[in-house]
Amino acid sequence: MKTHNNFDEKFEFTGSAKTWSLVALVAGAICIVIGFVLGGVHVERMFSNLLLMSYYMVCVCTAGVFFLAYQYAAQAGWSASLIRIPQAFAKVLPIASLILILVVTAGLFTHHEVIFEGKKQMVPYLYASWATHGLTIVGDHNYNAVIAGKAPFLTIGFFYGFLVVFLGAYSYFGYALTKCSTDEDTEGGMRNYDKSFALACTFLVIFGFTFPIFAFGTIMSLEAHWFSTMFGWYNLAAMHVSGLAIIALVIVLLKKKGNFLWLSENHLHSLGKMIFGFSIFWTYVWFAQFFLTWYANIPEESVYFFKRWEPEYKWWFWLNIVMNFLSPLLLLMSRDAKRLTNRMMWTCILLIAGHWLDYYLMIMPGTVVENRGFGVEEIGSFIAFAGLFTFLMLTALSRFKSLVPKKHPFLQESLHHHI
Amino acid sequence: MSSTKFILGLFDDPDDMMHGIEKLQKNSIPIYDVYTPMPIHGIEDKLGVKESRLGYAAFCFGCLGMTVIFSILYYTLVHDWPMNVGGKPNFAIPNFVPFTFEWTILFTAFGMTLTFFAATHLFPGRAPRVMDLRATDDRFVIAINAKGNVPHEDITNLLKEAGAVEVKHNDRKYVSYE
Repeated sequence: MKTHNNFDEKFEFTGSAKTWSLVALVAGAICIVIGFVLGGVHVERMFSNLLLMSYYMVCVCTAGVFFLAYQYAAQAGWSASLIRIPQAFAKVLPIASLILILVVTAGLFTHHEVIFEGKKQMVPYLYASWATHGLTIVGDHNYNAVIAGKAPFLTIGFFYGFLVVFLGAYSYFGYALTKCSTDEDTEGGMRNYDKSFALACTFLVIFGFTFPIFAFGTIMSLEAHWFSTMFGWYNLAAMHVSGLAIIALVIVLLKKKGNFLWLSENHLHSLGKMIFGFSIFWTYVWFAQFFLTWYANIPEESVYFFKRWEPEYKWWFWLNIVMNFLSPLLLLMSRDAKRLTNRMMWTCILLIAGHWLDYYLMIMPGTVVENRGFGVEEIGSFIAFAGLFTFLMLTALSRFKSLVPKKHPFLQESLHHHI
Repeated sequence: MSSTKFILGLFDDPDDMMHGIEKLQKNSIPIYDVYTPMPIHGIEDKLGVKESRLGYAAFCFGCLGMTVIFSILYYTLVHDWPMNVGGKPNFAIPNFVPFTFEWTILFTAFGMTLTFFAATHLFPGRAPRVMDLRATDDRFVIAINAKGNVPHEDITNLLKEAGAVEVKHNDRKYVSYE
């Protein structure tokens, strides 16, 4: 055990972390190929899974930028010595965004035949409920007045427009905040910190208004007849909890490998409080969305939960609440629990799986419905993206000249963080 | 025998005070309590202060609030005066959730505040118990119960050595009732 911290310490991405992330990436990629080779309903399932995982990855990376931004906006001191980790997340965001855009492009422009209301129809693999040809053309046999009314939002042009603009903006802010921090190390002074503050505030305003639209477009539009204004906040909560859980997990695992030794159980406690709090917030918005629909009981709204309540999804529906609400509630409530490294590690793993299930329940009932499953497609794509994210994130982390922002004005506060 | 009840060591620097605590502990002089104008990290561990039980109080009040409102809701909406609201069953659990949630929080918040006031004797109408008035301003005060075998001069010297700017021998425990 080292007694002195070396702030010039660099992260070296070698050894088992590198091996296993690459193994996961390759093994997952093989599973994805198998999914496509199996053909038929498996291809549709594969598309839904790829959308799920690329959306998940974008959300986790965006959560890194979000974390950076509100830490800077709040002028928080405790997080200064671990800020490199969300910065590494932010550096992966451009690549994650690109993957998401590739997946939706593949899903939108490849078609398959389905039998809908007794008629054979060619529909795209993803977003069939609004991207199918003829839905908005008056007189076409596919014409649907409800979808036509939403046409300005649900068109290919606008869809790509917001994906590129929003994800580009998030990536830019992630890049700029990270650059300020690395510049600070070489230049010193308060200039970069002040600039980070301005960037962070700007980002938070833009992010707050655009993230719900991003969630509406990417996930909610899979079932284009249905809508919920809570959906954006619900996704924001889900994205934030999973992002925090992954940040905490990365810290725990890197500490076990001998990096970040200056981070103590106090930092973990602070993260634990946020994970606990935002899990409750997630439940709050999840329930608010469910409750309003249940209470009003309007058929076109209720159908969304009806689909998730059918025998096909019922157990998953309940498991979602158990994993994402009950488990953090019971596992992280007491002060001591948040300070136990292994307790935090397992709760984070549970939450990462839980929010995968959360996204699964947002996507699958709207795309593959009764052809859902849990097998090589689901596990394979999860492993592939987990490996990819780990590889890219740790590579980004190893590019930093030091694992500590050496001239961060609150560094000492963070190193002596005590609660 | 002197009439001194409490010996107070007044420090103007928290580090000196922490040093003073160490010195007293090394000489096995029990410390009654320490009063500081601001929170000092790590002082609880040093003094061996037991962990706060406020969390348990909060949990109990939360459970109480939950039980109270659930009983009220059940009695009024299910048992005493069932009403048909939108064709829902009378005992519709989702309906109960917002109220139960709010009352749990309400009882927890009020209960914790009251527990804190009761534990610290801070309720309205009561003069606050203060051993030295400047402990709320710019002095870090170590209080030592004078009823011990250690000669008072030794304690005074120890505190002075540690950097106390003033050492008081008080005949009364609290000065704030005057």
